[in-house]
Amino acid sequence: MKKQCLTRLQAMGLAACLLAPALASAHGFAGKRFFPATPATDDPFVADELSLPTISQRKLGATDDAPATTERSTSIDFTKRITSDFGVGFGANYLRLAPEGGDVQKGFDNFSANVKYQFYKNDAREAIASVGVDWDIGGSGQSKVGAESFSTWTPAIFVGKGFGDLPDSAKYLRPFAVTGTAGYAIPSRNSTTTFDEDGNASVEQHPDVFKLGFAIEYSLPYLQSFVKDVGLREPFNKMIPLVEFDLQKPVNRGAAPFTGTVNPGLIWAGRTMQFAVEAVIPINNRTGGDTGFLFQVHFFLDDLFPRSLGKPIF
Amino acid sequence: MTSSRAALASRSSRRRAARFLAAGLLALFTQAAAAHAFLDHASPRVGAVVHSAPSEVKLWFTEKLEPAFSTLRVVDGDGKQVDRKDKQMDPKDPSAMQVSLPPLPPGSYRVYWRALSADTHVTEGDFSFVVAP
Repeated sequence: MKKQCLTRLQAMGLAACLLAPALASAHGFAGKRFFPATPATDDPFVADELSLPTISQRKLGATDDAPATTERSTSIDFTKRITSDFGVGFGANYLRLAPEGGDVQKGFDNFSANVKYQFYKNDAREAIASVGVDWDIGGSGQSKVGAESFSTWTPAIFVGKGFGDLPDSAKYLRPFAVTGTAGYAIPSRNSTTTFDEDGNASVEQHPDVFKLGFAIEYSLPYLQSFVKDVGLREPFNKMIPLVEFDLQKPVNRGAAPFTGTVNPGLIWAGRTMQFAVEAVIPINNRTGGDTGFLFQVHFFLDDLFPRSLGKPIF
Repeated sequence: MTSSRAALASRSSRRRAARFLAAGLLALFTQAAAAHAFLDHASPRVGAVVHSAPSEVKLWFTEKLEPAFSTLRVVDGDGKQVDRKDKQMDPKDPSAMQVSLPPLPPGSYRVYWRALSADTHVTEGDFSFVVAP
């Protein structure tokens, strides 16, 4: 009788152990491909992660309404899995604006919240895809730094693909991967009308905006572990050089060509965290301004707290 | 006077916030337990061409492994398993596992592994090596 109980307990323990790995499938993996969190464009997976902080600075070009302004952004982003495929996220962004010849303005931009559902993963093809919606919460930030009084909703699709399925003849291309996102930002208000002291009205249009972001990365850890040990050691064997593109285009109510930045940089991915540094380069004259920089510290909460904060709630 | 007091108070509040943030980050670091097990290096080396057949394949990972659920096998160019099916952990290094090989004829071989780290995260991978004539 006692032996039977033990056997049953052992079987339950074994089952629990077998189930645990399935529950612990985690951040940014499709088969043997590890997709690092990209700092400028959203990731194609759901995860328990914390970006603290992301700091970027760039001098923006002068416009008809405003002088050239140096913008420094310090933000925090937190994402949490509710189930293994469904997650929520929250973001806050503190801005410092230093216009040429003007007073420095500091304050919070609108807070943001988002949901994301990972609907596709193919381990053999190193492919992953998600859909999600981001909510820029109107009126939650400070107008002195340009926080809008209206909300903006951005449904988007996110994809990631590694090239580990290339043939042997192209084996040195296998460490390449691309991730991308395409979204359509819809403001909750089409325009804002303001009146000057003489009672004259001026109307500011709020267009829908097509947002496109993608990253091309070459994983040195992938090269070392799955293709060819070329002798890289710490810290180089954990580096992932990448180029990100962060683009947007107003599509109505003042439609305009693409603006955005191209960000060449480097990610170092460790056991429980990663660092990223990028240059932020305007893609065209219309974007304007000077080259800036971006720096991010990012924590893998599923590795830091695998049995509590870092696992799905359900 | 009032404005200098306000400036001092603001500076002090910023310092408190910085200390709070530093303490939080420290807590994150100190609670770090285990992580995904990545392949650190292997013998024969990943993608290597060796001129004498190896007697074993040994893999070193970045984390301690759970022996019961970590696997290692070697197949030949036809996909046939050629190792001696005696995978074992290195008794002196819980982050390493190995499997022995019979004398291998020249050819291309592929190593498939699956690693379960102590925090229950699973990683997997494969790589090839060549035994040259």
